[in-house]
Amino acid sequence: MMRVAKIAAIGAAAVFAALFVGWWQVDGPGADSAPGKRSLPLTAMEFSLTDQDGRDVGPETLIGEPSLVFFGFTYCPDVCPTTLSDISGWLDEIGPDAEDLNTVFITVDPDRDTVEAMAEYVSYFHPQIQGWTGLPDQIAAIADGFRATYEKVEGENGEYTMNHTAGVFLFDATGRFVTTIDYHEPREFAVPKIRRAMQNRTERAES
Amino acid sequence: MFKTFAKAIQSLSVALLMGLPMASSAQQLSENASIVVESPWARASLGMSRPGGAYLTVRNEGSDQISLIGLRAEISGMASIHETRTNSEGVSIMAPADNIVIPPGGMFALEPGGYHAMLMQLQSPLVEGETFPLTLLFSDGTELEITVPVLGIGARGPEG
Ligand SMILES: [Cu+2]
Repeated sequence: MMRVAKIAAIGAAAVFAALFVGWWQVDGPGADSAPGKRSLPLTAMEFSLTDQDGRDVGPETLIGEPSLVFFGFTYCPDVCPTTLSDISGWLDEIGPDAEDLNTVFITVDPDRDTVEAMAEYVSYFHPQIQGWTGLPDQIAAIADGFRATYEKVEGENGEYTMNHTAGVFLFDATGRFVTTIDYHEPREFAVPKIRRAMQNRTERAES
Repeated sequence: MFKTFAKAIQSLSVALLMGLPMASSAQQLSENASIVVESPWARASLGMSRPGGAYLTVRNEGSDQISLIGLRAEISGMASIHETRTNSEGVSIMAPADNIVIPPGGMFALEPGGYHAMLMQLQSPLVEGETFPLTLLFSDGTELEITVPVLGIGARGPEG
């Protein structure tokens, strides 16, 4: 009898510890984003974009499954292909569990990144990665919801490049923002973060 | 003289000294062997309208400080070195970096997310499996032409 009580006490302590760790990482001091910079939940966003196959997409496309979202542009020589390669590697590592993860690359350069350009570009990476583009005001709307920024930088000879938020955004299945994976973050940290966003599916209600 | 020769043997770069093509991952040396370039690679491009990116490591085996001051490539109408930085807001910014100082015995890596060879105005596409020549310009007047293998668009490093 004593023994059962002891086991129950240990079990309860473990549950509390797990809850505390979860709180610490998601909402507490261990949260990744500075206050005020956190992405809105997808349920609070309004945008209408087009995917690589020409279909209309919006927040409702993402809500219901966990999501991984990244901003960039196809004329980006370094950070964007590197991040898409990283994401491809994470998806490979997670394997079949990641099949339901919405994985989306959103352009911040819709003038050059047409639906066709996005379709061709994403075809070189993991087949699960989608490429979304749209009207400039709709790109602005989604970036604003994510608290992501981008800006056009003019170079020589009429060429231009885009500065943009480089982190990867993770949302749980309810559309709640979970965390970001920063550029340069090693795979040992990135993969558990993605798993965390996928686990939140049943554990956490909309906040 | 013997030392230089021994070093060349050691780094399997005899082929280059004899003017023959060589394997991509081996080293490529300047004439006096004081500048060594290792592991060059580029990402394949989608056509010619987008800039290409290439990476490599430079080692300074000489006794003087050198600076990598620029690039030249027939395949690019405008080749230069760029740095990508991520600021405190998490925003990625790309800017020219035209004077990279490498102390004696030091090395400098152009690698994803840091520095890259920015190949603008491509004159022909960078095709996976092919190679192209790229010339590195140094402050001491050295011009070192290397051969850069083109890997896939999804490559993450010199090994693919
Ligand atoms: Cu660049």
